[in-house]
Amino acid sequence: MGDRITLQVARYRPEQESEATYDEFEVPCPKDWVVLDGLNHVKDRLDGTLAYRWSCSMGICGSCGMTVNGEPKLTCATFLSEYAPGPVRVEPLRNFPVIRDLIVDIGDFMRKLVRVKPWIVRQVEKPLSAGEYLQTPDELEEYKQFSMCINCMLCYAACPIYGLDPKFIGPAVIALAQRYNLDNRDQGAAARMEVLSEHEGIWGCTFVGECTKVCPKHVDPAGAIQRYKLSAAVDSMKSFFLPRGA
Amino acid sequence: MDQNHAYTAYHPRWLRPHVSTYWWLEKPAYLAFILREGSCMFVAWFTVYLLLLLRAIQQGQAAYEAFLAWSAGPVVVLVNIVSFAFLIFHAITFFQAAPQAMVVHVGHRRLPARVLLAAHYAAWAAASIVVFWLLTGA
Repeated sequence: MGDRITLQVARYRPEQESEATYDEFEVPCPKDWVVLDGLNHVKDRLDGTLAYRWSCSMGICGSCGMTVNGEPKLTCATFLSEYAPGPVRVEPLRNFPVIRDLIVDIGDFMRKLVRVKPWIVRQVEKPLSAGEYLQTPDELEEYKQFSMCINCMLCYAACPIYGLDPKFIGPAVIALAQRYNLDNRDQGAAARMEVLSEHEGIWGCTFVGECTKVCPKHVDPAGAIQRYKLSAAVDSMKSFFLPRGA
Repeated sequence: MDQNHAYTAYHPRWLRPHVSTYWWLEKPAYLAFILREGSCMFVAWFTVYLLLLLRAIQQGQAAYEAFLAWSAGPVVVLVNIVSFAFLIFHAITFFQAAPQAMVVHVGHRRLPARVLLAAHYAAWAAASIVVFWLLTGA
């Protein structure tokens, strides 16, 4: 005991089956092995047909997000030994359609992401000769937390609202919109508000708060959304009481 | 990419697990969320109760005493005890959530969450003392 652990891995082979099934694999469990190491061991030694995504294995690329024992996790940052003596159940990320085994379709997220223009929007670009857009450490601090998002979509898997209503634009997209809104070089807040003030935008969120709990980068998407609601409400009150502008 | 894919050999069937109606029983955090959302019903009840009290006072001594007698009935007492418990739960979870939505700067510094939390509880205590003073006239 202690040196091996059982992985229960969700399988879905669309050409063979119409429901998910589970395969069990016994893998080594040294204390420096993460769940992704276990999956790689399965793929290399036990069953080469297992399909899953991964790339950097250091919590930066955001591609190895899966459901581990019911919780959304980056499998490269989740140690197998935490689940000893096992078994460890590995399933695809929730709330996304499954393409095969542990691979989900992320098209919905990608389409939503571009809608909020997650880049610096300028009304007028400075000429090159005017130099860089300088920023103080305080100005950087304003948005830095939200810039840590790696698009791993664990927050979407944790969000029951997104599960119930896939039209909801979702936590990471709103946090990334905030990241640019709070950047003093950006001038795109009004354009983003058009997308986010829709019913499926910020107002879709009922503040369950799970997105913030599962975020591996401590981005706090729930906080970003509530701040957005507050500023949207203040803006609409201002336009009501001061229709000609303050 | 098209939003409405046709299922073809090149685009095989996706698996779309549906969310259970009882999803809120899956995790304690989801249950706490549903209870927090539900607690607004009890907040509404106390508002109605207060309005009924004001109406009774406005109608005079007899109506006020009838209202007190009705309030002392076991059903109303039970409803009020449950409502009060949910109201406390509502207030505490609301306060817990507040620092995530409120970003207060003092100078260049962002106030830490526990300072905001402490300010909320202090305001709650102050309001309770004022109400207590009004009621007892002490």
